[in-house]
Amino acid sequence: MTGVLLEALQLLLVLVLAPLLTGIVRKVKARLTAKRGPALIQPYRDLLRLLRKDVVLAPNASWLFRTSPYLIFTAVWLAAAIVPTFTTGLAVSRTADLIALVALLGTARFALALAGMDVGTSFGGIGSSREMMIASLAEPAMLMVTFTVALLVRSTSLPHIAEFMVTHAVGIRVSLFLGLVSLVIVAIAENARIPVDNPATHLELTMVHEAMILEYSGRHLALVEAASMVKLLLYLSLISAVFLPWGMDIGDLTAAAVGTGLATYAAKLGIGAVLLGVFETSIAKMRVFRLAEFLGGAFLLGILAAIFLYVSQGL
Amino acid sequence: MLAFANLSYDTAHVLDTGVLVLSFALLYQRRLFGVIKIYAMQALLLAAAAAWQAHAQEAPHLYITAGIALVFKAMVIPIALHRIIVYLNIHRTLETALGVGPTMVVGVALVALSILLVLPVTAASGALTRESLAAALSIVLLGLLMMITRRNAVSQVVGFMSLENGLILAAVGVKGMPLVVELSIAFSVMVAFIIFGIFFFHIRERFDTLDVHDMERFRGERQ
Amino acid sequence: MNPVYFILGIPAAAAILLAVVPSYKVAAKVNVGATFLTLLASLVPFAHRPETTPLLLIDDFNIYLVALTAFVGFTTSLFSARYVIHEVEIGRLVPRYLRFYHAMYQGFLFTMLLALTSNNLGVLWVSLEGATLTTVLMVGLYRTHEALEAAWKYFILCGVGIALALFGTTLMYLAAQPVMGAGLSAMTWSELMPRVAEFSPAILNLAFVFLLVGYGTKVGLAPLHAWLPDAHAEGPTPISAVLSGLLLNVALYCVLRFKMLLAGNPLAVAPGPLMITMGLSSLLLASFMLYRRRDIKRLFAYSSIEHMGIITFAFGMGGALANFAGLLHMTMHSLTKSAIFFAVGHISQVKGTQKIADIRGLTSSQPVLGWALVIGVVAIAGLPPFGVFLSEFLVLTNTFGRQPLLAVLVLGGLLVGFGALILRLQGLAFGPSEGGEKASTVALLPLFVHLAMVLVAGIYLPGPLVSWFQTVARLLG
Repeated sequence: MTGVLLEALQLLLVLVLAPLLTGIVRKVKARLTAKRGPALIQPYRDLLRLLRKDVVLAPNASWLFRTSPYLIFTAVWLAAAIVPTFTTGLAVSRTADLIALVALLGTARFALALAGMDVGTSFGGIGSSREMMIASLAEPAMLMVTFTVALLVRSTSLPHIAEFMVTHAVGIRVSLFLGLVSLVIVAIAENARIPVDNPATHLELTMVHEAMILEYSGRHLALVEAASMVKLLLYLSLISAVFLPWGMDIGDLTAAAVGTGLATYAAKLGIGAVLLGVFETSIAKMRVFRLAEFLGGAFLLGILAAIFLYVSQGL
Repeated sequence: MLAFANLSYDTAHVLDTGVLVLSFALLYQRRLFGVIKIYAMQALLLAAAAAWQAHAQEAPHLYITAGIALVFKAMVIPIALHRIIVYLNIHRTLETALGVGPTMVVGVALVALSILLVLPVTAASGALTRESLAAALSIVLLGLLMMITRRNAVSQVVGFMSLENGLILAAVGVKGMPLVVELSIAFSVMVAFIIFGIFFFHIRERFDTLDVHDMERFRGERQ
Repeated sequence: MNPVYFILGIPAAAAILLAVVPSYKVAAKVNVGATFLTLLASLVPFAHRPETTPLLLIDDFNIYLVALTAFVGFTTSLFSARYVIHEVEIGRLVPRYLRFYHAMYQGFLFTMLLALTSNNLGVLWVSLEGATLTTVLMVGLYRTHEALEAAWKYFILCGVGIALALFGTTLMYLAAQPVMGAGLSAMTWSELMPRVAEFSPAILNLAFVFLLVGYGTKVGLAPLHAWLPDAHAEGPTPISAVLSGLLLNVALYCVLRFKMLLAGNPLAVAPGPLMITMGLSSLLLASFMLYRRRDIKRLFAYSSIEHMGIITFAFGMGGALANFAGLLHMTMHSLTKSAIFFAVGHISQVKGTQKIADIRGLTSSQPVLGWALVIGVVAIAGLPPFGVFLSEFLVLTNTFGRQPLLAVLVLGGLLVGFGALILRLQGLAFGPSEGGEKASTVALLPLFVHLAMVLVAGIYLPGPLVSWFQTVARLLG
């Protein structure tokens, strides 16, 4: 029972916090570039405004175009429900698997890419093909990190991983550090952040993610935007759950433990948002043909992490 | 909170592998200034590794090694290289004989090779020594790879110096190796100064470029 | 007072002195004087063997090598004195460069002697690195395009070789450390030798591979020989003489010291087959390459590779007789090759070119130099009654007895090389003379002294020398 309650709490929490997170990132970026920036709650206002507006559909838009936003949002929200945020005692704990997570995100991406190509505009096609190229490189890297962590913990279940990291004397491990760097690179690529993609650009030829959603309007656009905000939150939660899980409530579901879990989770999210803002402001966007090398680097770090773990465990 | 299995081992391990990862980063670079920056970082990590070994092995002479690595390799040489590139107006993008991607793949293969070579042979030594040696050999091989696949004389020299970093890492990793560490460092510093000082100026004077493929116009194997 | 301190101290002091002497003529004379004093100092250990210190060591193996090095250094400095005068006259060198040149020459001799007398593996490595450095700078002395390219290639290849040798040295220390304890004694050769049987054979094997490849680059073994022809051809000829005559020998000496260590451990893999392979491939490669050379110095550079291949092969075969032959060949090759380079240096100065096609009929236009070259080439090609014939004969008979197939290969390589050299000699020395000539002062004494020594050695080897060789041959295993 408590599991279900906590699960519902998490679902709600994720939905409520995601726009705030995006608002913090935008505010930090603005402040660092000597601007005032929009208010922290502006994303909420944007989403509500979009929900009230009419949908404008292209004449040749198919059922795929109309149903994709719901599919995308559901998949991402469900994925966010799997990742342990402030507690590991969720109802879906037993099915919460890193590989299932990758599959859910893959589904969402698939739907989005198809929707981008659906209307037949060239920009949508560009966005979809670039997104797929990035995904084809980022997914192996993510799986490599999964593999490394699984080698160490002997399980791909996220709650188990979080528990293991907190309770066992893992120490400073090189493989984990390399895995962290690799996962951060993957997260940047998946969330369409600088240096992979500029989320605030209005130049279509530089777009990846934005290009796919150019045709959306009204509630469809609201759902897709909300999905990308939740995805950002998801990746931040994933990084903190796997690599920095301290403070999380791992089993004893007392009010104090859950409260500590919530507080530390909020703190981690805040710090993560600020760091992301600083990072995005300090480097330039990469040219598209260099993305392969960049993500290849992430994959390489994943392989190195696995090699080092294997070596140090074999000694 | 944070529980450490073995702080000494872990820190040394992290530093050694950090130097190795930076060797990969060297292979990744396409700009000459990037190469120099990464080399400076590698020398910095090397100094940290040497200092940590000095602390862990209670071998105070390794602090001198760390100091020399820090001052010369992490500061003086990168600054000097930077000045030379600016002064000689050297072309700042690197051409590679093998693309960055394939180079990285070969690099991983070399790491695997050196692990396969070193670990079985050193079965009797301590875990940290074995890992240090495997990492050091990997760094040497990656430095060699960089020398082979880069066509600019500056990057060849940086590859050579990163190879030396690997050697010094091996030397500090093995417990108690006497004397030589300082001597070898002194020599490598001298090498770096004399060689690239004299050569870059003269090569530039003569060739107006540091692209070694242009130098081969005069192909050594003339009959 | 340990005489080794003098052997090392004189070149070191001379290097510093020569860096400040302004006149190149005076510097050349000081150079000669210093090498003569070093030669005298190197003869002292024969009378009174100094005791072994942790850093320095004189034993049967290096005692005669030290004397040989000092001697060749001395004769080359005589040659160099005449050579540079002409070079300055025709403007190829400026006096400012010569100050540097003389200082580096002495510096090079210092590093050679330090390598030979070193007891500490680390100091051994450092001295070889110093030798690389000094010679790189001297190879690039003429500052032409080709010279800089040769020096760059030399630096890169030998630098990598030295780096691999350092890794091998570290591994050797790793093997020694559990048995000898951490610290200086684990790097001291004389202390390692008696206890090497207790070391881990696996680490010894790996270490030797790195050391062979690393120091082998400096010996000029194929396939790591690419630096050698360029460095010989583009540097000043005295440098070619000391490179061929001294550096290759000392690098091989380093390899042999480690081979001796490995021989003491019965479980370590025999280094023989590896050395045989590298030696044989150097021999065969170089012999065939001799045919297409158009530059006279390059021709003899490949001849050096060929001979170092033979020597490495001999040491790889192992056993008392083959080792004896290898040691003899080291000495003979050193003397003969430097004599040839003396002759070639003056010939190229007189003719104003290094191209074989432009050098013709030397015996008619320059009889002394021409005939000296003829004798030198005949000696190095392995004809009796010269010393090189003796050592090659010993190698061949020994190999026929043990590995007839390899002996056939060696014989084939020798014959191919012989053919190439005699073919070239025909054109160089005999026939009508062509081309203009410049007058030049020549240093004939060092040339003929070397050739005389090689001739004498071919006919009669003095007793003490034979017994020394035999002792060392046994040590080499």
